[in-house]
Amino acid sequence: MGQTRREMLIDPMVDNNPITLQVLGICSALAVTSSLKVALVMAIAVTLVTAFSSMFISMIRNHIPSSIRIIVQMVIIASLVILVDQMLKAYAFEISKTLSVFVGLIITNCIVMGRAEAFAMKNPPIDSFIDGIGNGLGYGFILMLVGIIRELFGSGSLMGFTILPTVNNGGWYVPNGLLLLPPSAFFIIGLLIWGFRTWKPSQVEEREYKIQVVDAH
Amino acid sequence: MEGLLSLAVKAIFVENLALSFFLGMCTFIAVSKKISTAIGLGISVMVVQAITVPANNLILTYLLAPGALSWAGFADVDLTFLGLISYIGVIAALVQILEMVLDKYFPPLYNALGVFLPLITVNCAILGGSLFMVERSYNFSESLTYGISSGFGWALAITAMAGVREKLKYSDIPDGLQGLGITFITAGLMAMAFMSFSGVKL
Repeated sequence: MGQTRREMLIDPMVDNNPITLQVLGICSALAVTSSLKVALVMAIAVTLVTAFSSMFISMIRNHIPSSIRIIVQMVIIASLVILVDQMLKAYAFEISKTLSVFVGLIITNCIVMGRAEAFAMKNPPIDSFIDGIGNGLGYGFILMLVGIIRELFGSGSLMGFTILPTVNNGGWYVPNGLLLLPPSAFFIIGLLIWGFRTWKPSQVEEREYKIQVVDAH
Repeated sequence: MEGLLSLAVKAIFVENLALSFFLGMCTFIAVSKKISTAIGLGISVMVVQAITVPANNLILTYLLAPGALSWAGFADVDLTFLGLISYIGVIAALVQILEMVLDKYFPPLYNALGVFLPLITVNCAILGGSLFMVERSYNFSESLTYGISSGFGWALAITAMAGVREKLKYSDIPDGLQGLGITFITAGLMAMAFMSFSGVKL
């Protein structure tokens, strides 16, 4: 085991973030971030599902025939997601309405599948659990960041509390409506990736074509 | 009939699965480097979507919905909580069957699409389509239309994206934005373009 458990938890936050580096799970990351509260609930749900599915899959990893492993993983993940879905419907009905189909889509969230396949199939249960929590948190971190930007500047509030009083309510802030619309999520994540990679140049991708300077004669 | 047509237009342009609901983003970003592969994947998604949405609609109506089991003598059984697991099961099974059928009867098509089929099981656009069908309670013909047209919309988006990216690789982009970053921003611009359809009604 090359990594300590602490590293396993911290590493996916910035250095190996599931969204900005591994390109996993962006489907839901973009859709649920127009308000911070919803983003928070989604982040918690994904973290729980990733952690527990990794743990369960890792427990039975030596008994799964490799030809049907995808189906077995799917069944475990789907059962956990049903659990989360029912809990949300029971205790947070409003939020579960806003999330609509995106709770169900945790099943096909590539982070959950990706960690199950890449980590849980090869490692013992406790390590897999920690790895799941770490990746869930790394995902949640980006989700919260995008959620904060979109809700603060899009509607002038955070978690539903007014921070910047908007013009409509007699304040001074003119909300930027674009931030509540889908395209803004793409821009914010694109810019976040730019920021991350300027900070950690090792994450920069190779160019396919280089611009060469030809010396003049 | 007009209802179905407007549903189709809405699913292709206004509520494009990839660009306004962000479904199937992982594959959308990962497989959009070349136009030819993007078209292949787009067609496979369309085919699978056109089969799975109506199939899941039948399962919902005749097995899971409250009171649906009355033909078997269980009139007050409500199995909707099993929805998620049965939809994903249906999708996984259908993709597997489709793969085998193509392999047996249409080898050229299988060789063209083969690599993408397993990817489709975990494509959120497919499960998303089925879940939207449930949430909006479409009937059978509506769900057939919705399946075909939403798949077509997704295929259109990924093909357009691949076209842009094929040109984009020659341009001089800042180091940090190289690859993933610029792809997101391009997708954002395309999503804005698609938003201009939002007033369209038939």
